Amino acid sequence: MPLPFYAVVLSAILFGLGVMGFVFKRNIITIFMSIELMLNAVNLSFVAFSQMRHLLQGQVFVFFVIVVAAAEAAVGMGIILQVARNRQSLNIERIDLLKL
Amino acid sequence: MTVEHILFFILAAVAVGGAINLILLSHPIHSALALIVVMVALAAIYLLLGAELLAMVQIIVYAGAIMVLFVFIIMLLNAGLEERTSLSRAATWVGLPCGAILTGILAWRMTISGPGPFAPGAEAADASGALSHMLMTSYVFPFELTSILILVAILGAVVLAKRDF
Amino acid sequence: MSLLDNAWIIPALPLAGAAVNGLLGKRFTKPTVNAVALGSTTLAFLYALAVVNEFSHLPASQIPFTHSYFTWISAGSLSIDFAFAIDQLTVLMLMVVTGVGWLIHIYATGYMAHEEGYYRFFAYLNLFMFFMLVLILGATYPVMFVGWEGVGLCSYLLIGFYFLKKSASDAGKKAFIVNRVGDFGFLLGLFLIFKTFGTLDIHKVVEQAAHLPVETAGAGTLTLIGLLLFVGAAGKSAQVPLYVWLPDAMEGPTPVSALIHAATMVTAGVYMVARSSTIYVHAPMAMRVVAVVGCLTAFLAATIGLVQTDIKRVLAYSTVSQLGYMFLACGVGAFSAGVFHLMTHAFFKALLFLAAGSVIHAMGGEQDMRHMGGLRKPIAGTFWCMFTATLAIAGIPGFSGFFSKDEILWESLSSPYGSRALWLAGVITAILTAFYMFRLIFLTFFGEPRYDEHHVHVHESPKNMLVPLMVLAALSLGGGWMAAPKLFGGTDHFEEFLHPVFAHADEVREHLPASVPESMEHTAMAVTVLGAALGIFVAWFLYLKKPKAADEMEAALSGAHRTLLHKYYVDELYDAVIVHPIQWISTNVFWKVVDTGAIDGAVNGIGYTARDLGYGARTVQSGNGRSYASWLVVGAAAVTVIFLWLGH
Repeated sequence: MPLPFYAVVLSAILFGLGVMGFVFKRNIITIFMSIELMLNAVNLSFVAFSQMRHLLQGQVFVFFVIVVAAAEAAVGMGIILQVARNRQSLNIERIDLLKL
Repeated sequence: MTVEHILFFILAAVAVGGAINLILLSHPIHSALALIVVMVALAAIYLLLGAELLAMVQIIVYAGAIMVLFVFIIMLLNAGLEERTSLSRAATWVGLPCGAILTGILAWRMTISGPGPFAPGAEAADASGALSHMLMTSYVFPFELTSILILVAILGAVVLAKRDF
Repeated sequence: MSLLDNAWIIPALPLAGAAVNGLLGKRFTKPTVNAVALGSTTLAFLYALAVVNEFSHLPASQIPFTHSYFTWISAGSLSIDFAFAIDQLTVLMLMVVTGVGWLIHIYATGYMAHEEGYYRFFAYLNLFMFFMLVLILGATYPVMFVGWEGVGLCSYLLIGFYFLKKSASDAGKKAFIVNRVGDFGFLLGLFLIFKTFGTLDIHKVVEQAAHLPVETAGAGTLTLIGLLLFVGAAGKSAQVPLYVWLPDAMEGPTPVSALIHAATMVTAGVYMVARSSTIYVHAPMAMRVVAVVGCLTAFLAATIGLVQTDIKRVLAYSTVSQLGYMFLACGVGAFSAGVFHLMTHAFFKALLFLAAGSVIHAMGGEQDMRHMGGLRKPIAGTFWCMFTATLAIAGIPGFSGFFSKDEILWESLSSPYGSRALWLAGVITAILTAFYMFRLIFLTFFGEPRYDEHHVHVHESPKNMLVPLMVLAALSLGGGWMAAPKLFGGTDHFEEFLHPVFAHADEVREHLPASVPESMEHTAMAVTVLGAALGIFVAWFLYLKKPKAADEMEAALSGAHRTLLHKYYVDELYDAVIVHPIQWISTNVFWKVVDTGAIDGAVNGIGYTARDLGYGARTVQSGNGRSYASWLVVGAAAVTVIFLWLGH
């Protein structure tokens, strides 16, 4: 089996782990980091497929994903900062002002 | 079983180990460090897959800038140990198996989608150069757009993080 | 364009009058309302006269004269024209309706002078004229039905004219609803006619029916049609069992009672049966039913009229009874005799009602005969007119009523469809008629005054009320001579005139043997006259000679008296058997179960379901970030699985 196949499987595993972290962790920042993990997993699969099909478009896409992830991380951090200041806590379960 | 394969499996093990640590460790800073480990491992895997430029970009931007930002924030906010509130049994018993199944399905589907048009021996010798060329010609519009996006993100981040308006 | 082509003007004039008075009359002064209402009626009468004149010059081949104005309904094989047809029968009815209607309008200007809603009354009255004229002129059954329903509507409006009085509005409703029951039968008859003949044009139907065999074996299509149409006629013309509305209709103003419930509307049923004479002669069983019901009604109503104390009620039951006579005539095949009685009845019954109105007006609103008496001197004009009409209705020789009633009784005996039993019942009814009518006269006009002469100022009616009375009295007197039977050496002009209309009916009758020989006609006539005299004598005896005798008889036969007074408890019976159960079902089943439960329940249920679904869906928006994350993942997983499976 050529390498890209195993890379794709690895990407799936990393994505699954990212989902786990997204759902089960309580710290906002950790949740955010799980999202970044998911993005990385997807990048890996793009690169693997790009290698499989000998098309460079996959890598171009990864490039843009990284850029957007950066922008998103910056803005996300700003939001987390504000939320943490307002609620005095980084626990996602404390941020429930919209509760029923 | 070539050298590349062995190298890949080692790096894969490192990445998965980092990811598991991300989830299991309780202090956010530990999770951040684990994530950096994952990213570096992935960069190495990119090198193995022939995406040199991307590997560098990954290290510089992702691991070097984004994760540093994360670490800054953790330290700024004095994020402490994560509280241990009781996890619902249902979530554990349903969620974990579901996650595993999801992963399995994804992996299976992605791999059975065949080798596809494998153009043997058509590997670009100069992948980085070709990539850059493509970026500046076919994809120049999204490229410029992302610059604006970053500008907007900077502005947004500055505004959002102000202490008072 | 001849006058006949423009016959539509005849009904259009009262319609215009009704529209003007109805829409603008509130602001008019009384003279203006009069001018509009009377003017339109007078013009209609004059135009009708002109049309009749032109009609008389038409050659026989052009009769019936039809003119179709426009195609009203065109659906598949059904094509109904809005057309008017004029033949001898129409001409006769035209004269009666416009003439008597005109006289009653004049009378009403005097009678209603002090009433509220003056303009409304005349608007309704004109509207009634319009519908009645449409009914008579209609060449197709549906056009006749339009008029039929319209007069029912106007009857409701006019009976309930004093709508603030509960008994009046109840009476209006009762009239309309009972009529509706009859109309249901009429409609079924129309459907059957269309199914059998494929057309609803009266003359075409009659032509086709003439070629069908006579149904002697009982129930056939034509018999069914005849019976169904008769149900409608029974409703409109107050025969058993649908007569209950007519006595209650006396709640309306007296001119209404005169016009609608004596002269015109209630005769619509007779008119309709006469028009369909061809159908009836081909269905002897239906004719027998008509005759029997007519005879029964005549007898029953006469018995009830014997003991009533309200002057208008007596006249109401008298009307029902006389209508029974008309149907008896039609039922034995003497259609022209029935129509003749219709005409004479219009004269003397309208006169009776108007004169009763005059009496009531003179007595300041009193309607109970027990509180009248000795009015002969104070209101002599009214007295003589009413007396003339009473002589006519009692069947005194020389007056119009005698000729028509005698003709009917003779036909009920001698016609192939007649029988001795029918004749006997008719004669007894005639005796009763004479009795109760003279009872009315004696109680009202003779004897000692039984009212307080200080409180009631008896005064004669004004000219605009008296003159129509006199005209009608003249007609009651002389109107009969046009049909003087051959016995007296005169030619029966009337029957000759109407012969073309009933030609086929007469033809069928010729082939059947007469029940009794012609020579018995003199004997029958003598019996009739003697019977009338007997009735008058008994009335004179009981009410003038020995007034106490009436009270003693009443006490002795108190059970029978009470039954008659309460009209055989028919109204109570209907109430218990029909009205109350329907009300119960409406309240308990239709309202509580169907409307509140099912319909409201369904509609509200949809609302409740939507609300509950909303409540359920709302729990997703818990405000808990982690649950949102979980839902995200679940959704993403579901989408992935679906796409993977779809792509399989």
